[in-house]
Amino acid sequence: MSGALPIERVIPPGAARRRLRGRDPLLAGCVVVIAALVLMALLAPLIAPHDPDASDILAANEGSSLSHPLGTDSVGRDILSRIIHGARLSLLGPALVVVAATVGGVAVALVTAWRGGRVDTVASRVLDILFAFPGLIFAILAVAMFGTGLVAPVIALSIAYLPYIARVIRSAAIRERALPYVEACQVAGMSPLRICWRHLLPNLLPYVAVQAAVSFGYALVDLSALSYLGLGVQPPSAEWGRMVADGQAAILNGNPEASLYAGMAIVVTVLAFNLLADRLVRRTAQ
Amino acid sequence: MPEPVVAVEDLRKEFPVPGAPGLVAVDDVSFELERGESLAVIGESGSGKTTLARMLVGLETPTAGRIEIDGEDRSRPGRRARERLERGRRIQLVFQNPYSSLDRRQPARACIAEMLDLHFGLSPDERDARVRELCEQVGLDERQAGALPRALSGGQRQRVAIARALAVRPQVLVLDEAVASLDVSIQAQILNLLADIRAQEDISYIVVSHDLAVVRQISDKGFVMEHGRVVERGSTVDLLDAPQHPYTQLLRRSVPGPGWTPQRRQRGVHA
Repeated sequence: MSGALPIERVIPPGAARRRLRGRDPLLAGCVVVIAALVLMALLAPLIAPHDPDASDILAANEGSSLSHPLGTDSVGRDILSRIIHGARLSLLGPALVVVAATVGGVAVALVTAWRGGRVDTVASRVLDILFAFPGLIFAILAVAMFGTGLVAPVIALSIAYLPYIARVIRSAAIRERALPYVEACQVAGMSPLRICWRHLLPNLLPYVAVQAAVSFGYALVDLSALSYLGLGVQPPSAEWGRMVADGQAAILNGNPEASLYAGMAIVVTVLAFNLLADRLVRRTAQ
Repeated sequence: MPEPVVAVEDLRKEFPVPGAPGLVAVDDVSFELERGESLAVIGESGSGKTTLARMLVGLETPTAGRIEIDGEDRSRPGRRARERLERGRRIQLVFQNPYSSLDRRQPARACIAEMLDLHFGLSPDERDARVRELCEQVGLDERQAGALPRALSGGQRQRVAIARALAVRPQVLVLDEAVASLDVSIQAQILNLLADIRAQEDISYIVVSHDLAVVRQISDKGFVMEHGRVVERGSTVDLLDAPQHPYTQLLRRSVPGPGWTPQRRQRGVHA
């Protein structure tokens, strides 16, 4: 489509935009935290003070210092650098899960909402069956079959998360599909694909965003748990769940830093995404 | 004798009811609409008039019967994109509720432009010019044309919907209770607008309404439907002033509905 400005999407009037930004500091805070985490992951090699994998046995289990702001772990690796580099794998996994599950879930939702009838019935039953598999167990099964690493759990969790997204978006899409503007598009002669893509989907995006944000938090916890159990990301790669497990032995020696800070990174990230989802729900409800 | 722009023959629509014989919404309805004519379909809620309108524009598949629009058989909704577009260029619908018949994310101008893009390969300049022309025709100013539906009043939204329908220069415009949800003074404005449009363009109307005052104002002839059947037909004046069928007489005496105040009803009936 041509991007002629006066005709295409026009930015909402000033008042609406101000409401989005100014009135919800919590929402803004979540966005800032998430943006910072993403930047941290992207720029990890530039901002990390040390090589995350460089161990120094002589400097093991150090407390915080100017050179190591968060201290070092049991083999003398800089914890801050590992957290910063760990953001890459820790965020990449959930991001892939969310993208795959959202794209798949929204596609299933739109097709079932559009076609209705038998297609909807069959798809809904298949989703019900998928609901019966808890994501983590599904992922462990996948690891058992395809080996450890990030790939198998990501694929398994994408499949496990798809029904949740599909179900919520489907019910929103059914409501949206019943609005007369959709029929106006049909009377105009638009193809179903175009109506879904240009009209239904944009109107459903707030719901999609909420689902994606919630799923991201859950996926991060699940993938971290798998890595913690040794089924996901393998050492010596830096990943937060893995770091919690690696640092466990040192806790008893009175050096909880490695586990503590990695755990905090997980908590902060999940909290940011869950609060974001919560604020988005409030905004769409308005 | 020129060929009618719409010819409907023995049109029938049954909705399946589980464990019972189908519900017959439209029962053997036939009519013809000449070019430039305005035909009223009168009836109360549940009389099948909206189902009839929906079959005409291809939103509903008839159980039996034949619809011919501009000489082409349009009995079934188009399966292929080309058929749908061709039908869309000939017949358009204005919905009852202007609050939900527009995409809430789409400014008026974009809504009309999308329609033009869909049907005609216009250059951006030509398209913008046509959008301006349409907005002017329906009486939308610059601000309104750039506004989202939520910033517009009911009457203004209905103007957008009319402009969208007119964008393809259809031969037939189906008005499905198009003014029923507007208040009385706005109804009058929209009805005047529709009358003006019919004077300017080569267009025919099918006015689906329960509101006899509306019918009187913008239709030449019409028929009355009860339980899916045509019970009486004739010129609007005859139908309203000298109804023959008991149902038509009953309609004339009663039928409260949205936007139907007692004073208005009296005006409608005794004017």
